[in-house]
Amino acid sequence: MAEHRPSAAIEAVESGLAAQGYMASRQIATAVYLAQQIEKPILVEGPAGVGKTELAKAIAAWRGLKMIRLQCYEGLDEAKALYEWKYAKQLLYTQILKDKLGEVLGGAKTLHAALGQLHDFGDVFFSKEFVESRPLLQALEQPTGCVLLIDEIDKSDAEFESLLLEILSDFQVSIPELGTIVAAVPPTVILTSNGERDLGDALKRRCLHLHIGFPEQRLEERIVESRVPGISQTLRKQLVGFIHQVRTLDLKKLPSVSETIDWARVLVLLQASELGHEMVKDTLNVLLKYEADIEATLPQVTTFVARASHHNVFG
Amino acid sequence: MRENLHRFFRAARGAGVRVSPAESIDAMRAVANVGFSDRGILRDTLLLTLAKTEDEKKALGQCFDLFFDLPESSQTEPGSRGEEREATKSQTTGRADDQSASGLGPLAQMLLSQDRTEMAAAIAAASSAASLPDIRYFTQRGIFSSRILDLMGIARLRDDLDDLAATDTALTERLTAALNVLRDNVRDTVSQALLLYGREEAENLRNEILRNAPLSRIEPRQVAQMQLLIRQIARRLRERYSKPRKRQRRGHLDVRRTIRRNAAWGGVPFLTAWKRRRRDRPKIVALCDVSGSVARVSDFFLLLIHSLHEVVSDVRSFAFSGHLIEVSDLLETQSPEQAMQEIMSKVGFGSSDYGNSFADFEKQWMSAITQQTTVIVLGDARSNNLDPRADILRRIAERSKRLVWLNPEGRTAWGFGDSEMPRYATFCTVVRQCATAQQLERAVSDIVATYQ
Repeated sequence: MAEHRPSAAIEAVESGLAAQGYMASRQIATAVYLAQQIEKPILVEGPAGVGKTELAKAIAAWRGLKMIRLQCYEGLDEAKALYEWKYAKQLLYTQILKDKLGEVLGGAKTLHAALGQLHDFGDVFFSKEFVESRPLLQALEQPTGCVLLIDEIDKSDAEFESLLLEILSDFQVSIPELGTIVAAVPPTVILTSNGERDLGDALKRRCLHLHIGFPEQRLEERIVESRVPGISQTLRKQLVGFIHQVRTLDLKKLPSVSETIDWARVLVLLQASELGHEMVKDTLNVLLKYEADIEATLPQVTTFVARASHHNVFG
Repeated sequence: MRENLHRFFRAARGAGVRVSPAESIDAMRAVANVGFSDRGILRDTLLLTLAKTEDEKKALGQCFDLFFDLPESSQTEPGSRGEEREATKSQTTGRADDQSASGLGPLAQMLLSQDRTEMAAAIAAASSAASLPDIRYFTQRGIFSSRILDLMGIARLRDDLDDLAATDTALTERLTAALNVLRDNVRDTVSQALLLYGREEAENLRNEILRNAPLSRIEPRQVAQMQLLIRQIARRLRERYSKPRKRQRRGHLDVRRTIRRNAAWGGVPFLTAWKRRRRDRPKIVALCDVSGSVARVSDFFLLLIHSLHEVVSDVRSFAFSGHLIEVSDLLETQSPEQAMQEIMSKVGFGSSDYGNSFADFEKQWMSAITQQTTVIVLGDARSNNLDPRADILRRIAERSKRLVWLNPEGRTAWGFGDSEMPRYATFCTVVRQCATAQQLERAVSDIVATYQ
């Protein structure tokens, strides 16, 4: 068994991502490490705004690789995701090469002979020059490898999932006219999903499954610290404490990490050094995105603020 | 170690996590990479490679903790146990010396030496020899316990005990006490194994029984389980029917989209676009009898219907016994238990009056029924000899797409006593018996399927 201190390697991943401003939990770091070791895509699930997309960006920045992003939506198909023939270019070239073709075929006496000569050209017009590569093909063609982010896969149709299977398991695609294209360097693939629909078992089987939930208080404090450098320590603790209490409420959309960061930025902009309930009430719309949620939270604000500052003193 | 992993995969399957061979290969490869040294990392690794939903992650996490508590994996922490062994050895050797333990069987000697590590190892060896991971049902506990004890040599121990009983009573007592401890240990091992490997099977069996039990007669303690089962059914139906209902209707050219798509080639139609037709999501109006005889069934039916959000776009439910009220909002905003209680306090437990309830519906909510609506009536059609008002039911049937009547009573009882079923049945598209969870599932599944 290859014992090469995996815990050290995982810590290296953690600090590498941290250097890019992404505070990864142990589980996330393990997933990234494993994805690299056994060359598997990672399927990241979790509520919106917990940093699923950010993870891919951070990995790309840390490894110094190019990031190729494919945003999924309903109706996304092969032509937009994989490759397309450049019809216009093909047409144009046939026009330009008309005379040349005439010369070549001029010597032929019968239609049959002309056809035979034409066959000798091979499939000139269906060669690599006429392929428009879309994100998936681009990712395979990168000479140094890349990070391929397939964002919000749950938004695409079930058929598109099947299209991905070949790429995800073997890092290759088959184009009927060209044959099979194999990746020069297998890309690191990150798929994200908000759980809008259940993904197929075939797709899940090919991936490591990572669920990112809301981070723990400590971790979230570190995230805020790295993302909003100007924030005072007291405010940071109170703010994260407050948000953790809001998350215990039964809301339509719970505030996630991105909202925490936005809110922290707003508070820094307002030059707050402490959490006051007046200020919280004024800026609650940054945190909560539904009128009903704001109304549900407002009566609790005073208690939450008190508890957050209380916790800060004694905790 | 590979053996251990294989056993863990089996335990994982027992916990309801679907582990395919391909996934177990992945897990093996991943574990080969991270090694066994760090338990936290190992746990994360297995969770990442095997569990594919959040529920599965939770189940697998529990399974992992339970599994690595088993004595089978005790070799991973020999340090602490070893010290213990030294301590117990020095204690017991003094006593064991004067009483000659020679002539006793190996099991008796092991028990007398009171070496816990050795005993745990022996139990583990005997359990794998008895193929303990094959345990499925709680009824097998006895047989597996005795099989393990047999393998450990309990027959010889009994002979020893018989021999000793005449000569050395003190030693006999000690041996008997030790044997009882051993029995307890084996029983614990078997129970834990059952928890690990048999959970899924036991649950399947229980669910199978529950699915075919009459809903109206299940016991109060089974209600929670039944609700769980109904939610499972709802999830299954959602998975089956929530796929995008898109179907191409070949033959009708979508001129607008074709022109737009081919703009790059000057409007020469290289690519054609065809008109698509979207299917309607089901619209359901449910009328549920909540009088004493069928209240339970209505309860579960309403729970099922209201758990189908992604499949059914619009549900309006009404409850009645003597008169009829709308209960959709109650069910949407409150937990099922609370909602049912409130419904019961408003209209429940009276004697049912179908005629009056239908009249209530026609007066106030007839407009809720459109050509796309399926109307479901759930009730036993026992109207206590009051006017059944079948004419209203006819008008409901005429307005709606389908009228489905679900009756918890068996077919043979229809039409006897005060049952008006035959009279109502003439206006219904479908009439079916619906007494168990399984029948309920089939009925709702068929209703939803007609919209696909």
